Amino acid sequence: MPYYGWWLPANFSTHGAAIDRLIVVIHIFMAVLFIGWFTFFVYLLFRFRQRPGQTAQHHVHHFKLPTYLEVGVLVFEVILLVAFSFPIWNLYRQQPLDESKAMHVRVIAEQFAWNVQYPGRDRQFGRRDPKLVTPENPIGLDKDDPLAKDDITTINQLHVPVHTPVIVDLSSKDVIHSFSLPIMRVKQDVIPGQSIKVWFEATGVCDSEITCAQLCGLGHYRMKGYLTVETKEKFDSWYAEQEKEKAAS
Amino acid sequence: MSAEIHYISEPHPVSGVTNSKLGVWLFLASEVMLFGGLFSAYILLRTGVTDWPRGHEVLNVPLATLNTVILITSSVTMVMSWASLELKKFSKFRLYMTITILLAIAFLVVKGFEYAHKFDHHHFPSTSNFYAIYFVITGLHGLHVIGGIIVNAYLLLPGSKMWKTNPEQFTGRVEAAGLYWHFVDLVWIFLFPALYLL
Amino acid sequence: MTNHDHSHVAQTHDSGHGHKMPFWKKYIFSVDHKTIGVQYAVTSLIFLFFGFGLVSLMRWQLAYPGQPLPLIGGWFSDTAMIGGIMLPEFYNQLGAMHGTIMIFLGVVPLSVGAFGNYVLPLQIGAPDMAFPKLNMMSYWLYFIGGILMLASFFVPGGAAQSGWTSYPPLSVIASGGQTWWLIGMVFLINSSLLGSVNFITTVVQLRTKGMSFFRLPFFVWAQFVTSFLLLLAFPPLMAAGVLQLSDRLLGSSFFMPSGLVVNGAVSAVAGGGNAVLWQHLFWFLAHPEVYVLILPAMGIVSEVMACNTRKPLYGYKALVYSSIFLGFMSFIVWAHHMYLTGMGTTMSTFFQITTMIISIPSVVILTTLILSLWGASIRFTVPMMFALAFLPMFGIGGLTGLPLGLNAADIHLHDTYYVIGHFHYVVAPGTIFALFAGIYHWFPKVTGRKMNEALGKIHFYFSLIFMNGVFLPMLIMGLAGVSRRLYDPTQYAHALPTQPLNVFISISAWCLGLAQIPFIINFFGSIFKGKKVDDNPWQATTLEWSTPTPPPHGNFLKEPVVYRGPYEYSTPGQKHDFWPQSMKENN
Repeated sequence: MPYYGWWLPANFSTHGAAIDRLIVVIHIFMAVLFIGWFTFFVYLLFRFRQRPGQTAQHHVHHFKLPTYLEVGVLVFEVILLVAFSFPIWNLYRQQPLDESKAMHVRVIAEQFAWNVQYPGRDRQFGRRDPKLVTPENPIGLDKDDPLAKDDITTINQLHVPVHTPVIVDLSSKDVIHSFSLPIMRVKQDVIPGQSIKVWFEATGVCDSEITCAQLCGLGHYRMKGYLTVETKEKFDSWYAEQEKEKAAS
Repeated sequence: MSAEIHYISEPHPVSGVTNSKLGVWLFLASEVMLFGGLFSAYILLRTGVTDWPRGHEVLNVPLATLNTVILITSSVTMVMSWASLELKKFSKFRLYMTITILLAIAFLVVKGFEYAHKFDHHHFPSTSNFYAIYFVITGLHGLHVIGGIIVNAYLLLPGSKMWKTNPEQFTGRVEAAGLYWHFVDLVWIFLFPALYLL
Repeated sequence: MTNHDHSHVAQTHDSGHGHKMPFWKKYIFSVDHKTIGVQYAVTSLIFLFFGFGLVSLMRWQLAYPGQPLPLIGGWFSDTAMIGGIMLPEFYNQLGAMHGTIMIFLGVVPLSVGAFGNYVLPLQIGAPDMAFPKLNMMSYWLYFIGGILMLASFFVPGGAAQSGWTSYPPLSVIASGGQTWWLIGMVFLINSSLLGSVNFITTVVQLRTKGMSFFRLPFFVWAQFVTSFLLLLAFPPLMAAGVLQLSDRLLGSSFFMPSGLVVNGAVSAVAGGGNAVLWQHLFWFLAHPEVYVLILPAMGIVSEVMACNTRKPLYGYKALVYSSIFLGFMSFIVWAHHMYLTGMGTTMSTFFQITTMIISIPSVVILTTLILSLWGASIRFTVPMMFALAFLPMFGIGGLTGLPLGLNAADIHLHDTYYVIGHFHYVVAPGTIFALFAGIYHWFPKVTGRKMNEALGKIHFYFSLIFMNGVFLPMLIMGLAGVSRRLYDPTQYAHALPTQPLNVFISISAWCLGLAQIPFIINFFGSIFKGKKVDDNPWQATTLEWSTPTPPPHGNFLKEPVVYRGPYEYSTPGQKHDFWPQSMKENN
């Protein structure tokens, strides 16, 4: 298990490093604050314990320190927001991508699988209709739609090329799921009736998992998919194979 | 020993109200949040879709207008019944309270006709979200009307014995019931345009 | 003064308030706030232990997935376990019901229903709650709600299994128990509605002479603010519950969008609904609910700390203003639970800012409480130890909320064990420790006997160790990205390295259960065998300690008059180190 351990999983996305940095910074801040606070707490418990000769003071000593502390926490939170959270979120949600360079893919979640639809060479997705859903056609792809002719669908297999922005268009057939790629620092609820886009760009070749992060029924725990990031060449040959298989069937 | 709870019949010198009056106001605050939640849901659902039917085209506006008049009148008679107690005219209280209850029942009867008509045309909550929100909000409002009838009937019949023992407290109770009744009326005043006219 | 009161105790016990009441009226359908408080306490403690029992079962499956449950595995029906091996449906039921029971049937009824009911009227010098009959009704609605929740385990398809959050469409298409859950919630919501109306009216109207708002003990303030949260935050959940009931029973589609395909078949509902609408309505309640869980706990901790530091609290007014501000802010942070539902940047920015703002009053409260130790003479009694432990535990709970409140960090941590660790630190070693502090603190007032110190200390130290043994590893699992609500965590490669932690957590959890045995023995044993104490064994200042023990119907022998603030400890020029609120002259 080279990717996973008792700390953040390995990161393979361009935006993930910033998220990790934020998480580390917050945790250092939390640790410093807590240890300092706790030390003071233990000191107080020891110094002011009841014992012969120790009497409580009715007069309340007023300290400047808590005000500084509160202002300090506030300032730090503003820094966290402005310097980290806002820009990262902007990058993650809103970065206007050069769409022509990006790869588009649809992920359609259902209880309990991830259906993947590639738009094919025309870079446009074929029409879907819930009425056309059959066990063989789980996403209800309209085979008569000319745009659907070259579409490739897979189940639980998401292959993407490395160093290419991937725009994932998320939708659900039934209940709410959450599309999570731990090593890509991507997580997005998949809401039925909506189509939500997320994007990521892999920085290295890797084999990893798609997990469902939102309780979606009794099979939630096994709603697992596979994310394969491979070189452009390998991806192209995998894709060609898929096309061949489709033609054969 | 002081087992007696204060401010049941006389108002608190600072807050200026009796316990029951304050309690009813608080209860109404929570009711505002309840109907507020439902109205928010209505707005969100309506703005979320393109084809939302127009109320006046599918619902019976004349019947609803009649019901609006009935409810407003019942609010007036409710005030009259309370005012009669303030004027120490118990028989008038009974008269106005009876009218209030009858009007409330009339409201429900009209509502019943409206519902029956909808069911005849196979319009159910499952038909569309328009009908769903219509049935849920008016239904919940109808339950509030029934609750009001029960409270008022209690005050008219068994509860009115208190007039002899503690007229002040009894008047307070009628006033509190009145506050509730005006609220039920007010909800309808919001409901009527939101569902039937827009 | 305490000795003086005793002369009246015997008299009030015998003659009561004039007539003898039959058993059912005195103990079952009682309108006395103290009896109702005790009823709430006993019922909610039973629910707390039951809710803990549910999670102990889940912990077996998490530590040893797919292995038969030893000893008791055979007791369950085939719809729950086959050959002692838990089914995923049953796991989900346990999860949903653990959350529901702990929050709505355990912690809130104990902190508000029990402590609020028993202590609040005493502390403000009132003879009872403003509406005693409503108070009784509130308890019985809670009781019925609880029974419905328990009964739902036995309906076909089992109890609710869509999480305590009941997100649709999953909850709408779920089996029958969900309907019971919703109806149960309607009862619980109405119960807390009646309760909060009662509490607010009581505080506003029935404060005794001299008890101005700024002489109220902080506990009363905390309950007062909590009541407003319950009053105003619960109704939207009621609205949401009615809508979900309609979706389930009448076939409407408030939360059901068009074009759903469930189990391979196109859904028959009309569609056009919005699945996220539920989440907005739900979290509009459920975030204030967090403060409903924590504010009364802070109130209890303040009372116990003031009494056991033998000095006034540091910054009483800061506490009051902070808790009002907390209560207010808690209404406008709800969507920070929903960062990943695809909301727009403007909205998430707004909710991030409000979330950061709400952390400030919490910091103020915590700082105020810790600085209350400065210049003290700390008595390490059992309630004080629980109250002191509350501070760092709540501190961890609050701090771990920070990365979750920032949406960028939330991308990785959302819906992982980090969230579970975070909110359990707030409510388990946080609120529940405060509740234990309250039980040990007010037990002598209710029973006239003190709980055993030695057993109490055993209970405290083991609970503290095992609480951290349970929740600290969860933060590590969360950072590793392990999703919550997984029936079998070993399915995922990224969760495998943390599996030893799951075993460690489970063992800690079971030991935590064992650590409650001294408490149970102590609790029941002390009712009959505890050391007898006088009316004011902790030498406290607030009004509840100036009544006979246990307080008779009507509470006070004569209407008390309040002359000073709640925490006059170690006042210079006084003979004793405490100066009760209702004592006129120097003592």
